[in-house]
Amino acid sequence: MELPPYATLGQKVWHYTFLVICGLIFFFLIAPILIIIPLSFNAENFFTFTPGMLALEADAYSLKHYEDFFTNPSWQSAMWNSIKIAPVATLLSVSLGTLAAVGLSQPHVPFRRAIMAILISPMIVPLIISAAGMYFFYSRIGMQGTYWGVVLAHAALGIPFVIITVTATLVGFDNSLTRASANLGADPVRTFFKVQMPLILPGVISGGLFAFITSFDEVVVVLFVGSAGQKTLPWQMFIGLREQISPTILAVATILVVISIGLLTTVEILRRRSERLRGMSPG
Amino acid sequence: MSSADMQQTDGPMLAADGTPLKKSLSRALRAQKIRALLLIAPLLLFIVITFIAPIADMLFRSVQNDIVSETLPRTVVELDRWEGGDAPDEQTFTALAKDLAVATELKTHTRLGSRLNYETTGVSSLFRKSGRKVDEVGEVYQDQFEDLNEAWEEPATWVGLMADPDWISGQANAEGAGSPFLISPVAQQALPETARMYSQFATVIQTEDADNPAQEKPWAIVYQALYEDLSGGADAAAFYDGDLVALITEAQGAVGGFETQPVREFFLDEIDEDWADPQIWGTIEAFSSPYTAGYFLSAIDFQLTPDGVSLRPDDERVYGTLFWRTFKMSMIIMVSCILLGYPISFLLSNLPLRTSNLLLILVLLPFWTSLLVRTSAWKALLQNEGVINDLLVWSGLISDAGRLALINNQTGTIIAMTHILLPFMILPLYSVMKTIPPYYVRAAKSLGASNWTAFWRVYFPQSVPGIGAGCILVFILAIGYYITPAIVGGTDGIFISNRIAYHISSSLNWGLAAALGTILLVVVLLLYYIYDRIVGIDNVSLG
Repeated sequence: MELPPYATLGQKVWHYTFLVICGLIFFFLIAPILIIIPLSFNAENFFTFTPGMLALEADAYSLKHYEDFFTNPSWQSAMWNSIKIAPVATLLSVSLGTLAAVGLSQPHVPFRRAIMAILISPMIVPLIISAAGMYFFYSRIGMQGTYWGVVLAHAALGIPFVIITVTATLVGFDNSLTRASANLGADPVRTFFKVQMPLILPGVISGGLFAFITSFDEVVVVLFVGSAGQKTLPWQMFIGLREQISPTILAVATILVVISIGLLTTVEILRRRSERLRGMSPG
Repeated sequence: MSSADMQQTDGPMLAADGTPLKKSLSRALRAQKIRALLLIAPLLLFIVITFIAPIADMLFRSVQNDIVSETLPRTVVELDRWEGGDAPDEQTFTALAKDLAVATELKTHTRLGSRLNYETTGVSSLFRKSGRKVDEVGEVYQDQFEDLNEAWEEPATWVGLMADPDWISGQANAEGAGSPFLISPVAQQALPETARMYSQFATVIQTEDADNPAQEKPWAIVYQALYEDLSGGADAAAFYDGDLVALITEAQGAVGGFETQPVREFFLDEIDEDWADPQIWGTIEAFSSPYTAGYFLSAIDFQLTPDGVSLRPDDERVYGTLFWRTFKMSMIIMVSCILLGYPISFLLSNLPLRTSNLLLILVLLPFWTSLLVRTSAWKALLQNEGVINDLLVWSGLISDAGRLALINNQTGTIIAMTHILLPFMILPLYSVMKTIPPYYVRAAKSLGASNWTAFWRVYFPQSVPGIGAGCILVFILAIGYYITPAIVGGTDGIFISNRIAYHISSSLNWGLAAALGTILLVVVLLLYYIYDRIVGIDNVSLG
């Protein structure tokens, strides 16, 4: 987007106006997320900047909301519940999802379109509908309000992401490699772990991260399928936002933003690595 | 020699093991298909159980309605004869009394009451009230039977009359409730109504109270049934032998002179005159079949009345407005997303790769950030005492008294949801725009097109697939949103999803929640189908 040297004044004005507009939109996208970081160090129980904060006075800032998060039992139990639920759900969706993605990427799969539509559906169906259905069905079979009920529900929600990322990685997979491996005497299981898996691993890991963040951030389904014993971090935040607004939420939000930055970086690195491995141009 | 020649001379081509190549190939193909399906099967099974079955359950619940026919089985049968106009006859009221007597003991009458209350207000309290008094029905006969012969007071007499001999011998040493009650076939023939009533009594005593029916005196309503059977004129005594013959013959001789109490009058005079209201009966009748369209009708502001389907009164119509608002606001959010997303995607796709990748992080970070985090950020920003209002007051644009109401209304929902869904517009748009070759626009310009014409006539049409994909994605996500409207939407910024959640957890009208959910699901699946046609679900990319 460079301005040619012969641009007229009008074109120049438009060009810079456009850049300013884009800048404002980027600001709109990112500012709300960044602004909660300084707000979370507020020494007062306000959701806004105090005059002291604006004047950069040291005692207007404090870590007390973080302290509250790490000492308050309801936040702590919520955090542990999240930590207990998300990895197990991720493991389930990744193992089943990778297996199925390998199957789906073979040539000549009967009913491929229909199967794909079913496997992707948890991502398309609005969460409130999934939550309602699971609530009705899981109470019928006695899994409503249990740890495994929540884990299974979250695993189902994470599966489309694993399927999408892993099948995308498998598109560039050279099938002659598995034939070569079989030719050299490896059985299918060995071929899978020694030849196929290392090559699709970046896709599997980023699918896993998507599944993890889906479960870790999920609140609608857990609200209905879980009971007080499965109260997760997002659930606790949801309650906090609806009932008493405590700035501890902003401290939690800041921690979660840091986690998201970490996950985003990992996914980006993996994506580039996978494209390099498959001989595609980095992009 | 060419292969065609070989086939002519040697017959079909053979594989290494001697089978015809065609057969061998098709076998290999079949094995491949089976292997692929076996790999997919575990996940498919998992999704079907954890996800598809719940959705099917919800669809089923939206039409399921066996509560009336299960709770009031006798009444439903009797009501078939009723033709409306006035309250039904004595027989129907008797059936109702019997059904209610059982339902009250099982405490299902309140559930039925609240179910029917969705359709006609007042039913719930009527059922509660009736539940408290229905155990008096039949007392007048109970007293007279007991005055006639003290044996009628004895639980043992009743067990002898009603229970299967095998059950009695098994029950002799039983502790607590004992084995499930078995009605005697003889009693079913001799005293059919009494037998049916008594066996319900026995079952309730066993399951609800965990007591032995052989030690409990029957409810008054059982005496009512006995009176009906005996006054019917059939020779009940002929079926029995021993002492029971004398007992029954004596009773049968006496019932003609019994003081009677019509159940219909009892209900109308003693319980509540509302039972004379044909509307109540019409509602029971309208919902007596095991499946109903009633929930769907409610979900679109219609109601099933005794006179057929009609529009609800003005002040009860909420769902039409709510569906329309959900649609309208999703459209506004979608359009805002196009307006904000298009320039950004255009910029990103025209910058050098290195710069655009850097800027793309500004789009991906919100995408990866927790929904709750983004919603809390907006809650902090938009509040009356929040950052935006503070900033506007400080800069003098608005006065302190004139702070803008940005939250707990539609504005709040639109701002927050546009922000949350914007990445879903930018990412597909960007991936389409990246593939638009720049030389078309250059060619247009060199042919004399102005900047605007080159953009509007050449570039824009090529970016339309991206807009389509982004729009459907944003719209699908928007119409099902729950969390953000619940937090920043107040009362007039909520969506249909919030109403569904309300019916599941607060009003407990699950059928209506399921019907609303089904309607929403159909809309979403329709859009999903269109999306699949246009973009192809395989082509969804995630950042």
